[in-house]
Amino acid sequence: MSGAPVHAPPVLRVADHPFFHGLDERFVQLAGSGATERSFEAGDMLFLEGDIASEFWLVFQGKVALEIAQPDRPHVTIQTVGSGDVLGWSWLVPPHRWRFDARAVKATRTLALDAKTLKDAFEARPEDGYRFLLRLLPVIGDRLENARVQILDIHGV
Amino acid sequence: MEELSVGAQRILERADFPRLLKALQSAGYRVVGPTVRDGAIVYGEVRAEQDLPIGWTDRQDAGKYRLERRTDQALFGYNVGPHSWKKFLFPSRERLWTATRTGTSFTVTPEKDDGPPMAFLGVRACELAGMDVSDRVFDGVVRDPGYHARRSRALRIAVQCGQAGGTCFCVSMRTGPGVRTGHDIALTEILTPRHYFLVDVGSPAGAAVLAHVPLKPAAKEDSEMAHSIVAQTAASMGRTLDTSGIHDLLLTQPEHPRWEVVARRCLSCTNCTMVCPTCFCSSTDEVPDLQGETVERWRHWDSCFNLEFTALHANSVRKSPLSRYRQWLTHKLASWQDQFGTSGCIGCGRCITWCPVGIDLTEEVAALRTAPTKAAAGGGAR
Amino acid sequence: MASETHSATSAGSATESPFTPEPYVVERRVVETADTVTMVLKPAGGRGVPAFLPGQFNMVYRFGVGEVPISISGDPNRPDELVHTVRSAGKISDALTKTLPGETLGVRGPYGVGWPLQRAEHQDVVIVAGGLGLPPLRPLLYELLAHRDRYERVEIIYGARSPKDLVHYEDVQKWRTRGDLRLQVTVDAAGREWYGDVGLVTARIPDARFDPPRTVAFLCGPEIMMRLTAQALSTLGVPEASIWLSMERNMKCAVGLCGHCQWGPAFVCRDGPVFRYADVKRMFSVREL
Repeated sequence: MSGAPVHAPPVLRVADHPFFHGLDERFVQLAGSGATERSFEAGDMLFLEGDIASEFWLVFQGKVALEIAQPDRPHVTIQTVGSGDVLGWSWLVPPHRWRFDARAVKATRTLALDAKTLKDAFEARPEDGYRFLLRLLPVIGDRLENARVQILDIHGV
Repeated sequence: MEELSVGAQRILERADFPRLLKALQSAGYRVVGPTVRDGAIVYGEVRAEQDLPIGWTDRQDAGKYRLERRTDQALFGYNVGPHSWKKFLFPSRERLWTATRTGTSFTVTPEKDDGPPMAFLGVRACELAGMDVSDRVFDGVVRDPGYHARRSRALRIAVQCGQAGGTCFCVSMRTGPGVRTGHDIALTEILTPRHYFLVDVGSPAGAAVLAHVPLKPAAKEDSEMAHSIVAQTAASMGRTLDTSGIHDLLLTQPEHPRWEVVARRCLSCTNCTMVCPTCFCSSTDEVPDLQGETVERWRHWDSCFNLEFTALHANSVRKSPLSRYRQWLTHKLASWQDQFGTSGCIGCGRCITWCPVGIDLTEEVAALRTAPTKAAAGGGAR
Repeated sequence: MASETHSATSAGSATESPFTPEPYVVERRVVETADTVTMVLKPAGGRGVPAFLPGQFNMVYRFGVGEVPISISGDPNRPDELVHTVRSAGKISDALTKTLPGETLGVRGPYGVGWPLQRAEHQDVVIVAGGLGLPPLRPLLYELLAHRDRYERVEIIYGARSPKDLVHYEDVQKWRTRGDLRLQVTVDAAGREWYGDVGLVTARIPDARFDPPRTVAFLCGPEIMMRLTAQALSTLGVPEASIWLSMERNMKCAVGLCGHCQWGPAFVCRDGPVFRYADVKRMFSVREL
């Protein structure tokens, strides 16, 4: 992984990311206590398929491509996420491994939230954890719907 | 001979009927009307009265049509056959234009219809209504030049129905059996106590032809006789169709289970659309000569029951027979009203008679009424 | 079908046949993608090009092969030429794409109602194109940009199957550099050479800037894409009466005489191809209508 932790005081705050807007302040603080700011240059990989998924990513700036690597053919990007989006839910479900590669398409700034800290926050504040999941589900749903329409190849003749 | 005014009534003796044919021919009309061919009464050339179905009648029911001998010598003692006047106004195949290659370009010459005017002999009241429906389609917002050329010059000699056919429901559609408007001449064939015709003068063009036909004054009794014939016909309709609220009934129930029931019977054979006097769907063909120097554009009847009718890219929009039957019936009875301000159905019953499996639209509409919800009709549908 | 769209269809006089194509010479041919070309046509014999409205279409004819409906993709303010963008999708359209400069095609039209751009004045404008949905929207964009001050924010979302399927790329690049509109381009799938977005056009909507209740949207593309986009915009608060879309159906005559293009009570050729979402929303949910 080429994204190096930034040691200067973090300028990105979990509470500033749209995903957390309106959630309970104490929960946000708890959930974000294990957050690390990670910045990437274009071409850097955020994670690779098969890696242990131990972080929940908040994208603040830039663009990240979710790719499928194919042995005999070029990589295919199946989705891009950008500023204001979140990335990844493999940390939440077994076997806790990434299903795709994630590559920065351009200079990208993120906060990576530690999965264990997040889950502890859910345990400590189940109601807020529930609200968190209510926000994550539509993201998953949208991507599922997108994927479904994409396989229809609606632009094909 | 005397001047005839529109609205006047006269008597034409049976023996003088050939004089009417002669007058039409002398006036330059190509007379087309009922004639017996292939076991049915169809519309074709009428050169002499022997061409008419003298003494024949038709017995009709869902999926059934039989010619039978009458006990009398009536000229118009039948109802309607598989043909309609559509075949003359909107031919099943028609050349629209011819294009000729000229260097790298080409010249297109539209078809001109300059054939003789036609006289339609034996138009039923419902068929007059059918032509009015077709006029709205082909001579409305956009004018179809061929249709217009033929229709605007055609003379319509209507005949009031002296009997109702087994699949007739013109009373329900308010298109017959009495002839009210749109005719140039209307005849009522009276068989007893003697064989003669009551003649109604419908237009100046009709009057011009009748001026050369020996006619006698009509008495009040003759008129009453004609009225009672029509009233008797109206009272003996083979079918009825409740049209109340039919627009919304059909348009709001595309998921009604009845569509599935009828679709299981429907063969998508297109018979109903071919025999329907108002069905107007068509496709075109590009017909080049062998050298590829001259190309003709032909239009031919098509049908919403054909799978390719809604072809879009690699697929068809209406793939299932269900969707195609639904389209036909919904269009005919409901969306036609949105498009042309009238129902597309004239109640002639042809689609019922000529359906090989006897699908009866009056029965289908009734079924769509009695089971308005999925739950209520679910049992019947499976 | 109630419609506030424009109509400039010439129904033809009593003596004219509505079925006769006029000859047009192919002046230029621009290869857009592997299967799509844009053709610039000039009327043969010094005639003028009939005025058209953005969103209208012509029946385009290749001698000896046949005719198909094709949207006009050129600038309505350039009355000297007629521009059509054609994708090879069947025998006739394939023959059209293979027509070379100097050869003659037949054209009749324009037909149908256009995009009701005047309804977007003093409003935010959202234009969503999918695949070959961009060509029918391009005249609208030309017209809009010719009078840019009449409209508030302008957002364009353009989606295609892959980067190599993008059409009107020169225009897309020009629009991208304009300061007075925002353009997002997204594709269904891409390789690493693609730096743009990947995903459906609906996924780009959250990044578009517009005030939903004061927005007019124009959509053109595959039916599913328009349906999903209309739903997404409507969910955000864009009035259903302010969402306009362009439909496609089998057409033979283009003047409401052949019956093919019926969609519920509408003739797509005559009452459309542009419809208001509020009017047709119910028909969208009926299968095989």
